[in-house]
Amino acid sequence: MDKKWLDSFIAATARLFSTMLSIEATAGTPRIKIEPFPTFDVSGLIGFSGLAQGSVAISFPRETALKVVSAMVGVTYADVDRDVCDAVGEIANIIAGGAKKDLAELKLSISLPQVVVGKGHILSSISTIPVTVVPFSTSIGDFVLELCLRKNREVV
Amino acid sequence: MKLLLVDDSSTMRRIQKNQLTALGVSTIVEADDGAKALEALSVNPAIDTVLLDWNMPEMNGLACLQKIRQNPSWSKVKVVMCTSESDKGRVMEAMAAGANNYIVKPFTPETIKEKLGL
Repeated sequence: MDKKWLDSFIAATARLFSTMLSIEATAGTPRIKIEPFPTFDVSGLIGFSGLAQGSVAISFPRETALKVVSAMVGVTYADVDRDVCDAVGEIANIIAGGAKKDLAELKLSISLPQVVVGKGHILSSISTIPVTVVPFSTSIGDFVLELCLRKNREVV
Repeated sequence: MKLLLVDDSSTMRRIQKNQLTALGVSTIVEADDGAKALEALSVNPAIDTVLLDWNMPEMNGLACLQKIRQNPSWSKVKVVMCTSESDKGRVMEAMAAGANNYIVKPFTPETIKEKLGL
């Protein structure tokens, strides 16, 4: 994946955590996802269309999802309920929107978020776009971003 | 200030409501899409400010803003977009459609205070 694109998503993620949770989220080394690759337990996904297409997903272990949403909303959550899913979807939405600003040349539109819950579920892409996984670490737990984005053939 | 809070995310509304309450806003009505926001404005004529998300099902924030600006009864209602749509084109589109201000998510309580003029 284009380094500028990757950096945009990493910066948007760090900005969300620093602004709304007052927590530093540090990105590790990105790697290409080789399937089947189990993700974590709660994932928020956003699709992109425009001059490029693809998606971004943020995936948390259950305990990290609960801690992240509790810190963001200011309420302690003990179960992955409707509110936690809603918040994880909103987190994906804010990251996608933040990255989109830096990728104006792609004229991206973002979908409404979707959330997947299930222990060790697999996010499997049916497209041929390579998926880049970015691990993040924070003081309240680790999570990953899964990114796939590619310019449409007619604009390459 | 009598404020209508419009966002399809219930947790985002909760975050915003907590911040607005702490900033002294006493009357807060909620809606989870643009169409419900228009209904809420119709039945709550005292509402003077709308904090409006962009990406929502049914009717999005831009369409809602356009409807508000088409209705002379709501000509004095202040509309502040609060959205993850942060690229310049989107900001200009909303301001051209009649938004009074624009807040980009993620935001701090200070930003909410400043942009709403609290």
